[in-house]
Amino acid sequence: MTVELLLQTLLSGVLFGLVYALVAIGLTLIFGVMDIVNFAHGEFLMFGMYAAFWGFALWGLDPIVTLPLTTLLLFGVGVAVYRLVIRRITDAPMLSQIFATFGLMIFFRGLAQYLWKPDFRSVDHTIVAGKVAFAGLQFGLPQVVAALGAVATTAAVWAFLRFTRLGAALEATAADKEAAALMGIDAQKMFALAWGIGAACAGVAGALLATYYPVFPEVGSTFILVAFVLVALGGFGSVVGAFWAGILVGIVEVLGGFLWDPAYKMVLVLSLYLIVVWFRPQGLMGKA
Amino acid sequence: MTSPFRTFAALAALALSTGATAQEEIRIGVLYPLTGAAASTGIELKNAAQLAADLINGTDKSLGLPLAGAGGLPGLKGAKIKLVFADHQGNPQVGATEAERLIAEHKVAALQGAYFSTVTTTASQVAERNGVPFLNADSSSPALTQRGFKWFFRTTPHDELFVQNAFEFLRDLQKKKGFAQPKRIAIFAENTEFGTGAAKLQERYAKENGFEVVEKVLYPPKGTQLTSEVQKLKASRPDIVMQSSYLGDAILSMKTYKDLGFLPTALLANDAGFNDSEFLKTMGKDGNFVISREVWALDLGAKKPVIAKANALLQARHGVNFNGNSARAFTGVFALADAINRAGSTKPEAIQKALQQTNIAGADLIMPWGGIQFDATGQNTKGAGIIVQVQDGKYVTVWPFDLASKDVIWPMPGWDKR
Repeated sequence: MTVELLLQTLLSGVLFGLVYALVAIGLTLIFGVMDIVNFAHGEFLMFGMYAAFWGFALWGLDPIVTLPLTTLLLFGVGVAVYRLVIRRITDAPMLSQIFATFGLMIFFRGLAQYLWKPDFRSVDHTIVAGKVAFAGLQFGLPQVVAALGAVATTAAVWAFLRFTRLGAALEATAADKEAAALMGIDAQKMFALAWGIGAACAGVAGALLATYYPVFPEVGSTFILVAFVLVALGGFGSVVGAFWAGILVGIVEVLGGFLWDPAYKMVLVLSLYLIVVWFRPQGLMGKA
Repeated sequence: MTSPFRTFAALAALALSTGATAQEEIRIGVLYPLTGAAASTGIELKNAAQLAADLINGTDKSLGLPLAGAGGLPGLKGAKIKLVFADHQGNPQVGATEAERLIAEHKVAALQGAYFSTVTTTASQVAERNGVPFLNADSSSPALTQRGFKWFFRTTPHDELFVQNAFEFLRDLQKKKGFAQPKRIAIFAENTEFGTGAAKLQERYAKENGFEVVEKVLYPPKGTQLTSEVQKLKASRPDIVMQSSYLGDAILSMKTYKDLGFLPTALLANDAGFNDSEFLKTMGKDGNFVISREVWALDLGAKKPVIAKANALLQARHGVNFNGNSARAFTGVFALADAINRAGSTKPEAIQKALQQTNIAGADLIMPWGGIQFDATGQNTKGAGIIVQVQDGKYVTVWPFDLASKDVIWPMPGWDKR
């Protein structure tokens, strides 16, 4: 009984952590390439969830079916945000950048509340409904699918950065904007691409989350704090770092809350963060 | 009289009368969470309060409550009530600042709010300091009326009564229906003023009534997951879970119960998120069989027609039914209007005095209460609670048995048998 409960809790933590990671990956990518903290990232997630919800509510399409569309849509949103707002503040003081993305966050939340009301909405049946049970453990199928989707997306982003010319160009821009420009890389295009991919990752996370988590205008705020912790914990700009940090934080939060007192679960997460940055200020996988 | 003189007199009268109305518009500041995680609840409360004010300002007497259709307050020469809404975002600091702003900038005669017990705490401190009456219609933390405040009045019963009700209900099930007495109770509550206060009372009453409290989990609200909390509950194998949660967490916990296959004999909820219209809409059939304390239910309309009539008005305007929260907000505006009307003035001292002398009959409320009458602490002594259960996606009254419209379904059927 106890072993089962522990194992169940541990694996629930991993499943949750993978979704955290997917949200954080987009954030860390944007930060890595541009050194801009995107406070509106949780709102990309929220838009992803609403896209999935409306596809379901208006046309009866399953969030999993519309996932490619949601991803594309959010890619577009990311690029648009870059072109309309971020491009103008690329070289502005940090405070202006913070206010710009913070303002976007408030604007997007307000917009969502105005357009779609503050109600909690949810996709009430989906093709991934059901349970996975083995060895006395049970998990919601939507959670398992979301976790697998998170792994697949992370792998895809990682492979893109590692093995494609475009990905290499993106990494080059992240490493040194001027040097990359001298090599003929268009920094503007790379920045737009980073925002597109970053938002698309949040879109995938949103679509997957929508199969089991209610959608409301403030939903981004519940995930974004953890995402920031992951970005710092994993190492600023490191996709792989954010991935492992996600799993770690998921386990610490869920298992720690279970073993100790749930009231302190975020204390545990933030303590873990403090301990890691004490010994490795650059984060788990960040470059010193 | 010559005709120019008449015109002059008419114009003068008009000028005087408009001047008088502008002066005698009675502004009441109303604090609710209009954005943030509880925004959908806040907007329901706002709509209900506005409906009450419009009924008092209008001339349709068909509802049959005193002051409804009075065309303004007769005690102040027909002055109209104007509700000035402010959004506290569920945040105690914002609540205090907004209360300050309503008093200083809008010169409100009284304040009403704020749903969250934590926000009511800070906002009413501001009112107390400024000497402005604060009417609280919907916060249930007992501590609110134990602060010795002179300007604070609460129409709703507080958690102590609700917790007593819950144990009377359990005892009645055993005595009058012959159900086996459950023994093991787990307490599950969010860790702000509302949840911790309720949890403390539940623990005390459980012990006094011979129950065993096998687990007490207090969780930080608005998190991303409640898995560790639910695992702790599950590990303690309780018969009954007594839960205090706001909307987002109420939904999240129910989904987690289902995912982890956790099913107590009964879930006794402490109102709040569980009684929000959104809860039933979002949960669908998974929300069935939750039992909750309430102060109001639509099916009481069968025995008290004014409930059905008021509900029809809200339906016509917003397409939603009243619930315990919005019915109390509605009642709060009527209680304030009644006091201001008797005070015949918008002076704070006069309203305070009138509130202290409030004596509204039960028949003049849309609540199943004995009436409204405040004790020295500002607590309404005539409030009463009921217990409802979700059956077929609707809240029906199951206790007290003489008000019940349906039999309680006990124990809760399994997640896969719905």
